[in-house]
Amino acid sequence: MRTESKLGLALLLTPLLLWLALLIFIPQVDVFLVSLRERIGVGQYQTSLANYLTFFNEPLYLWTFLRTAMMSIVATLITLLIAFPVSYYIAKMIKGRMQSALFLLCLVPFWVSELVRTFGWMILLRETGVFSNILQFVGLASGPVEMLYNDGAIMVGLVYTSMLFMVVPLVTTLESLPDEVVEAGYDLGGNGLSVLREIIVPHAMPGIVSGCIVVFMLSLGNYLTPTMLGGKESLWFTELIYSQFIVRFNWELGAAFGFLLLMLSSVIVWGMLKLTGQSLEKTMG
Amino acid sequence: MKKHSIALSASVTFALLAGGSAAHADTLRLLTWGGYAPEDVVAKFEAETGHTVEVTKSNNEEMIAKLRATGGGGFDLAQPSQDRIAGPQEEFGIYKPMDMSKIDAALFIPSMMEATKGNTTVGGDVYGVPHVWGTSGLVVDTAMAPMVKDYTDLCSADVAGKVSYRLKRPTLIGFAFSMGLDPFAAYGDEAAYADVMSQVEAKLIECKPGVKTYWGGGDELMGLLRSGEVVASMAWDTGGWKLNADKPDITFVAPASGALGWVDTFVLPAKGKADDAAYAWINFVMQPEVAAMITAAAGNFTASQGADEFAAADLKAKYQNSFPQAAIDNIKWYPPVPAGLEAIEGGVLDRVKAAK
Amino acid sequence: MTPDLECTHLTKRFGDTAAVDSVSFSVPPGSFFSILGPSGCGKTTIMRMIAGFLEPSEGDIQIKGKSVLSVAPNKRPVNMVFQHLALFPMMNIADNIGYGLRRAGLPKTEIDQKVGEALERIGLPGIGLRKVDELSGGQKQRVAIARCMVLEPDVLLLDEPLGALDLKLREHMKIELKSLQSAFDTTFVYITHDQSEALVMSDNIAVMNNGRFEQMGSARELYYRPDTAFVAGFVGDTNRWRGRISKKDGQNIELQTESGMMLRGATHGRPLALGEQADMFVRPEAIRIAHSKDDLAVFDNQISGQVTSLLFNGAASRVLVRGEGLQDEIEVNLPQSGEFASLNKGSDVHIGWSSDQGNCFAAGTV
Repeated sequence: MRTESKLGLALLLTPLLLWLALLIFIPQVDVFLVSLRERIGVGQYQTSLANYLTFFNEPLYLWTFLRTAMMSIVATLITLLIAFPVSYYIAKMIKGRMQSALFLLCLVPFWVSELVRTFGWMILLRETGVFSNILQFVGLASGPVEMLYNDGAIMVGLVYTSMLFMVVPLVTTLESLPDEVVEAGYDLGGNGLSVLREIIVPHAMPGIVSGCIVVFMLSLGNYLTPTMLGGKESLWFTELIYSQFIVRFNWELGAAFGFLLLMLSSVIVWGMLKLTGQSLEKTMG
Repeated sequence: MKKHSIALSASVTFALLAGGSAAHADTLRLLTWGGYAPEDVVAKFEAETGHTVEVTKSNNEEMIAKLRATGGGGFDLAQPSQDRIAGPQEEFGIYKPMDMSKIDAALFIPSMMEATKGNTTVGGDVYGVPHVWGTSGLVVDTAMAPMVKDYTDLCSADVAGKVSYRLKRPTLIGFAFSMGLDPFAAYGDEAAYADVMSQVEAKLIECKPGVKTYWGGGDELMGLLRSGEVVASMAWDTGGWKLNADKPDITFVAPASGALGWVDTFVLPAKGKADDAAYAWINFVMQPEVAAMITAAAGNFTASQGADEFAAADLKAKYQNSFPQAAIDNIKWYPPVPAGLEAIEGGVLDRVKAAK
Repeated sequence: MTPDLECTHLTKRFGDTAAVDSVSFSVPPGSFFSILGPSGCGKTTIMRMIAGFLEPSEGDIQIKGKSVLSVAPNKRPVNMVFQHLALFPMMNIADNIGYGLRRAGLPKTEIDQKVGEALERIGLPGIGLRKVDELSGGQKQRVAIARCMVLEPDVLLLDEPLGALDLKLREHMKIELKSLQSAFDTTFVYITHDQSEALVMSDNIAVMNNGRFEQMGSARELYYRPDTAFVAGFVGDTNRWRGRISKKDGQNIELQTESGMMLRGATHGRPLALGEQADMFVRPEAIRIAHSKDDLAVFDNQISGQVTSLLFNGAASRVLVRGEGLQDEIEVNLPQSGEFASLNKGSDVHIGWSSDQGNCFAAGTV
């Protein structure tokens, strides 16, 4: 009986462990090992930390990483600020078919590929695009306005792409907040702000944190949006990794960048969890 | 070492290799550029030979990255440019030598065949035969920016804010030539090449304020030019000719310092499994009528002997318009890129992009 | 004396339907007032209007003589104990109780002191730092009341707060609520669908149905002298027969049921005419059971028959009796004095009740 149940457990766990090992753990180890190689000649390599030193000694790479992280954090905060009222409306203010309809509406942009969505924003934001023409038509601008190719456009694209991943966990946690708890907050003398601060936000905290982690990681790892909407100097860290791997044939440095991205983003997420007093178990459970 | 790169392939290019796995003898897995294997040509080939063709569209860098990831597996025939064969072969060993006896040499323009063979020879073995060739230079709205005649004219104040180019190596090479330097002559000497590149870097940073954006993909560039947001750009000849059909003012201009000439080739990946089908494809598409079909789809001419007769008249006219004899003679053909230069260029490109 | 709470012609319409239809009542200070009714009768709507979460379509709500219609819920001198208590799970017990005081801007020392006092009052001193989910159901109940009571509201609203508790605890909490109410000496307005909760705790009860008050009065009045057939049927258990009035003599009438039973009852002042259809309600405990017919001589309703079922429930045990030649079963309380301990299914028994206990109403909607 005992061996049987052990066997059953092992069989159940096998796909998961295989998945973890083959698709996540082993590739990461491999990336790490590649990152420790230094090219010293045609087809010749030696083990060293040279690639990591390159990252820390070249201000451009460090600066690009910091820039990417900062922009991702800002994008995460903006997404949260927009998604929270939207989620609250969906979870609490409406019921039934309207609720599912609005939820679906958040999902609709994801029926087309990210490329198409990004092209959509390019059509809207470009100098000869929709917004520019509208502004000129209503007389708010005297000439064509270029809204593409800057950090603002990247931000718009990132927030748009991430919205759903913030709305879903927020709606889920907010739906689990009983209406009467909110009413009790008002009934006992709270106003809108204090109910939000003392009751709704603390309750939604796990959703906020898990949404923020997902959106932050998605923004940090985004490639298409920053490269297509960004301006002349808007380097994104994934762009560096891509160009090391694909354009420069420099897998060693690319692997080092990839591994550093993993480490540094984990540190940032860990810091955010500490800062908000949340733990990963609470957030995911 | 070897083991690492094989396992790494799983992580990096697993997704890229969609569908490139199942191989049996008469399936030709072709890694090529958009337009080089049009559907009508594939259908005709399949009908005539019984082989089936799986087409994967890509570009130089991704082709090499994919083949590197698998150690030269996953595809039976690839089409990188001739300057990107010798270097990667020495470094990564991702190709296998061509058996020239299986190639019908009579189908090729002899001068191009010889040039490509010379450029793709490593250790006495020939690795590539030519297929499609073309140039890159300038696409200009001649009504709005008639003064743009050379790469450096893109920095002119007259077109400030309305020019675009790619942050890729053709831009570095093109600017170097138009600045009176010869990057190809410096290929063999890393220090000299670094010096050339640092001058180009300074020029590109100086020009940066006037650039609207660095374009990333062909569709994006087309949109920029068609909308008039950009009036002059570095681009391929075919892009200019395509736009010319929509807007007669826009056309391809061969730069005064010389258009950059490239030749895309056929190479056999080291672990290709359908060599016979690959040779059959090469000999099939180099027939003049078939080559003309490819020219019609891709917009570029091929190394096929006699295919000109079958090419569309308007394309020939556009070509002749952009390329007077002097301009043809002035084309700078890319020599093979020695391994290691990409790192120098990469640093330059990163710094240009990051510059304020 | 000004009533603590007074509602006049309170009406709430949702679309075409009136959830609350012109309800008027007043609650004197310090009393325990219950609104009893089946779910969907509109009692929660009244409660939410008083708390301020809903705006009345018509009518007025006055607390201590002042209309509160234009006062926001967080400013009204009423507080509410919610159905599922609505304790704040993200705060500990002390913070829960102190929430309203913090909102009122009291200094921290005063808050701590009042919270401590409130915890003493509900008999749970020293649990301030515990988490909400560490408490038992009854403790949560008391904390929910304390959380309101520290604010010293004029009126405390309770929305079926015992509904989620198990039976034993519910019985206990009924008594406790009543004693808490007298301890705090505050006006309680309590809504429930459970008649026993209302009957045990309330000074006054309003029975509500379809948006209207059917009857208002003390528990005893409702129980013994229901004004309407609905109240008679809803409050307490009862036997009920429908028939035609075959004889009328002042207050006394005779009812002929369809199955042929002849029953005597009283109109208690209600206008009922000969030949009309009427319903008669008789409570099981008003029916006397006897071994011999002679014991029932004082009653003008007498039926002999057999026991068809024994419903043992301790002190509240009952039997079902079917009269000879009749089809209806009559529910009768079984005295626990030992006299009927040997009663079995099929035993012959005699039952009887006085016509005064037979409450008759015109056969109507219910």
